[in-house]
Amino acid sequence: MIFTLVLFGFALWSVVPLDRNVVGREGLRLGLDLAGGSYLVYQADLTGIAPGTESQIMDGVKGVVERRINALGITEPVVEIQRQEGEYRIAIQLPGIADIEKAKQMVGLFTILEFREQDATGNWTPAKGTVNSEELTLTSRYFKENTFVTVDQYGKPLLVFEWDETGAQLSKQITTRLLNKPLAIYLGDEPLKGEDGHIIAPIVRAVITDRGQIEGLSLADARELSLLLNAGRIDVPLGRWADGQFQPSIPLYERTVDATLGQDSIRKSIIAAVVGIVLLLIFMLIYYRLPGLVACLSLGIYGTVLLAIFKLVPITLTLPGLAGFIVSLGMAVDANVLIFERMREELRGGRSLTAAVEAGFNRAWTAIRDSNITTFIACIVLFWLGGTLGALMVRGFALILFIGVALSMFTAITITRTFLRLITGSQVITNPAAYGVPLSTVRNTQ
Amino acid sequence: MIDFVAKKQWFFLISWILVIMGITSLIVSQVQLGTPLRLGTDFAGGTSMTLEFNPAVQQSRLREEMAKLGYDKATIQNAGEGRFIIHVKELTSDEAKELAEQLGAALDSQVKIGDYYLASPTVGARAARSAVIAVIVASIAMLFYIVWAFRHMPKSFRWGSCAVIALIHDVFITVGIFSLLGLLAGVEIDALFITGLLTVVGYSINNIVVVFDRIRENKAKAISPDFAVTVNSSIVETLGRCLNTSLTTLFVILALFLFGGATIHYFVLVLLLGVVIGTYDSICVAGPLLVVWERGEWRALLPWVKRPA
Repeated sequence: MIFTLVLFGFALWSVVPLDRNVVGREGLRLGLDLAGGSYLVYQADLTGIAPGTESQIMDGVKGVVERRINALGITEPVVEIQRQEGEYRIAIQLPGIADIEKAKQMVGLFTILEFREQDATGNWTPAKGTVNSEELTLTSRYFKENTFVTVDQYGKPLLVFEWDETGAQLSKQITTRLLNKPLAIYLGDEPLKGEDGHIIAPIVRAVITDRGQIEGLSLADARELSLLLNAGRIDVPLGRWADGQFQPSIPLYERTVDATLGQDSIRKSIIAAVVGIVLLLIFMLIYYRLPGLVACLSLGIYGTVLLAIFKLVPITLTLPGLAGFIVSLGMAVDANVLIFERMREELRGGRSLTAAVEAGFNRAWTAIRDSNITTFIACIVLFWLGGTLGALMVRGFALILFIGVALSMFTAITITRTFLRLITGSQVITNPAAYGVPLSTVRNTQ
Repeated sequence: MIDFVAKKQWFFLISWILVIMGITSLIVSQVQLGTPLRLGTDFAGGTSMTLEFNPAVQQSRLREEMAKLGYDKATIQNAGEGRFIIHVKELTSDEAKELAEQLGAALDSQVKIGDYYLASPTVGARAARSAVIAVIVASIAMLFYIVWAFRHMPKSFRWGSCAVIALIHDVFITVGIFSLLGLLAGVEIDALFITGLLTVVGYSINNIVVVFDRIRENKAKAISPDFAVTVNSSIVETLGRCLNTSLTTLFVILALFLFGGATIHYFVLVLLLGVVIGTYDSICVAGPLLVVWERGEWRALLPWVKRPA
């Protein structure tokens, strides 16, 4: 009982300010179909990438995409790598109203990094050199792919890199010219910045030909930079495949939902939830009486705990997810129904209340377990299916239904039981009619 | 006591009508559209949009204007409150905006794109394949579950087969209804349709298992020498449980269907149909089927065939 109260109290505490940010109690995380926003999925063109290095390269590509989107000032973008059937995809979620065309432009750019030097007026211009009488800019294209992070004898991070033949020639000319001057690294028109917000522009301390190292970076920056440099070694355009042709910059999936439509969906879901729950409660009260009331209480706790889980994990709520939540409320009662039906049978059989309650729980457990296994199977398969489709929505529904059903089994056998034991134990209400079994129908065997 | 088993011919007749209606619709759809079900953007690719017109416009007028602009093959669904969900060939977001503006001008209404969704046509076929694989995997997993759940039943193969036949019958009816809706109202099936279908199949199995479990219990108790009586009293005894668990779920689904908005309207409809049909078949079809098999009265399955005098 105490456990139940503590659980409920904690869940309530974490849920109550649904839309305010309080320490440790963030608002529910809403998917783009509720909050409005965009979702983009691109395929990566990995032709020309050495087999076995794809996942490393993709980590770098992801870093590049994140930087580009952050540069647009979009808050909290979610970028993830999806892998299926040996093919890599980048999925991007942009919450809120964003200039989707601009975002698409940025994402579609290649992932080459460019080195820049400062001219007399302080502007950063591409660092160029001449190889075979051709003027070339020093870019990440010329790295060997063995860039790595290590520490020096003082424990400071070091980024070690190696140039290929062309890179070595360019680097020699440029570092000779820029001795004791900074060299910045640009992604498109944006300089790379460290976690402290400063531009990453290491000072050239020596002439670098084939091998070199960068000092003075934080460990996180060094790691990030090595990823970017490795990824930037080769062009990994993002776009999509169509009939064996790669179409750069065109997304495989694109979805944009208007925020007002999302709000409308939320409003309608709330109305539906309220109507559904009220119907459910009325039915339970009329049909099962006192245990029905207990089921309602238990359902209230169930709903609150489930919301708390959504917030604390956190789980992104989508519209189908919200539907899954509401459906799971209906299914949650299912376990209670099974128990109460069994209890009524036991009561009719002439058992005492306490014995009927215990028997109801014990005998109904296998039925509850069995009846939920198939839902779990469906949820697991759906979760997998959701991953192979561009659709976030399928996953949201499957995940929430799974959690909901699992939790409903738990609440039915712990919370409902605790309440019922408390009531029957206290001997306050002993008339079987209160349990939905009129006295006249009880078989008199006692 | 209601005698469900005695009325089995009627139930079989209803089921046959629904199943045949569904199959007919699937065939007609295959001929007219090239697919047994009208495929949505997830599976067919292209662009779908929710257009919000203010003031609201007539669906027929919208169709006319779209045809004038060359979109005569577009699927248009009325989502209420001046909203229409249209599915057209692939349009970039700029092209989509242009189309919306042209429609707004032609229909003299303010128009806004509420939901824009583009899926590359090449991934549609793969998504459809994934969906088919998901359905097969789930079916096999559930079949294993049925084998496991029926391991203590007498003649477990026969009982399991009856359960599976009842489930396939559910799926056929639900899919058939959506095929019909696709033909009549332009309703498309998407990834969420598959989601709903798998969810309700999982949900329906339980009801059948509960009924069959009770039949097994009662048979062991030998409450009647007549198998039909045993089956019927088992159905009646579990009626409260079956109806109540379905009703509680149905209340919330119905509320979602009526008030939940257009975006998930048909997803919720799958759930609604699935729960209703699943409950119907666990009470009226699965048990009687068992009796038919047990007695070898195969003629009862074809209620329109006259019994020999």
